[in-house]
Amino acid sequence: MSTAAEEVKEAVKPKEPLFSKKNRKLITNPLDGDNPITVQVLGICSALAITVKVKPAFVMSVSVLAVMALANVIVSLMRNLIPSRIRIIVQLVVIASLVIIVDQVLKAFMYDVSKQLSVFVGLIITNCIIMGRLEAFALGNGPWKSFLDGVGNAFGYAWILIAVAFFRELLGAGTLWGYPVFEKLGLYELGYENNGMMILPPMALITVGIIIWVQRSKNRSLIETN
Amino acid sequence: MQDLVNIFVKSIFIDNMIFAYFLGMCSYLAVSKTVKTAVGLGAAVIFVLGITVPVNWLLENFVLREGALTWISEDFATVDLSFLSFIMFIAVIASMVQLVEMIVERFAPALYGALGIFLPLIAVNCSILGGALFMQERDYSTIVEAGVFGLGSGVGWFLAIVAIAAIREKIRYSNVPAPLRGLGITFIITGLMGIAFMSFMGIKL
Repeated sequence: MSTAAEEVKEAVKPKEPLFSKKNRKLITNPLDGDNPITVQVLGICSALAITVKVKPAFVMSVSVLAVMALANVIVSLMRNLIPSRIRIIVQLVVIASLVIIVDQVLKAFMYDVSKQLSVFVGLIITNCIIMGRLEAFALGNGPWKSFLDGVGNAFGYAWILIAVAFFRELLGAGTLWGYPVFEKLGLYELGYENNGMMILPPMALITVGIIIWVQRSKNRSLIETN
Repeated sequence: MQDLVNIFVKSIFIDNMIFAYFLGMCSYLAVSKTVKTAVGLGAAVIFVLGITVPVNWLLENFVLREGALTWISEDFATVDLSFLSFIMFIAVIASMVQLVEMIVERFAPALYGALGIFLPLIAVNCSILGGALFMQERDYSTIVEAGVFGLGSGVGWFLAIVAIAAIREKIRYSNVPAPLRGLGITFIITGLMGIAFMSFMGIKL
């Protein structure tokens, strides 16, 4: 994971109190033990639908990162002004405005990817990760901490998304980011066939199920008793 | 009429919100532990989808899309407000959900208690906004078609959550590998159900 390396670099910067141990935890926890997708079960919808290819998954992750970090900061700044009865509507308005900006930017600069993502950019609004983190974290913490929490959760979301997309694109289409890996390796001449099943929607669910299985066998504290 | 039946069946089985688009997965996974609560939430989703999709259709066709405002004055023929559609749709959905919440609290307090946090969360159930956005993308020509599409999507979601809840009630007695218990096996079962639902693909009435 390149994300882990980036965090270490950031953390080493000489701004002492900004990256205290507690703050670093806000970023690293969601990557594994408190992962938004596999543990908190938030934001599954989009995670599954746009993971056929790596590129849209990556663009989606970046969009979610931008919306989540900004929404967390904005709501955290306003947290003492929002009456609790109407907080859901206020949060939705903040998120929806940010998503409109992201959608327009995508349409302007990456039209083909924006077409592929279709309704799922709009669905970032109802992505439960963002709502969930606003409710659970930003309403009770300062802007800097909320920013870190947003970034951390977005990274946790992103790596699952990209892992799922990696396997689906590689096994389903034999490419990575559009680059024909298996063709260059000459696997087709040996009689290899793409597994068209991986492109179909249900395989996304099964791939995530297997990722959860692997993660929980490594980290036994996450096992549900049920 | 045949068109309507076609849209209805298509939105239940072929374009099923859960199995084909994964919309509304969060509450689908969280509230599917017992059949009773699943039925309650499913019914609420049918109701909200059946109302919000036609209301959003009106909004789309008389306010948002290019040239939609000509009923006020010819000068507005070139005004295109469709970039506002996300925020308008979500506002309609949030207020409708508030309404449903008040109705359920008044007339079915037991159900209200059982649904708990998930009733307000219907507002952020992706299937509701997804319904509105698919309605916009597929360009249904009349409000009746939009309404039928909304109801059909709701029924499809209802079927999915009730089925998975029934399976989860039974699977409690099976010997599932420990790391797969709970969430993992639910994902895999949903995937298998999705494969089963794919056999409906290509059916036309």
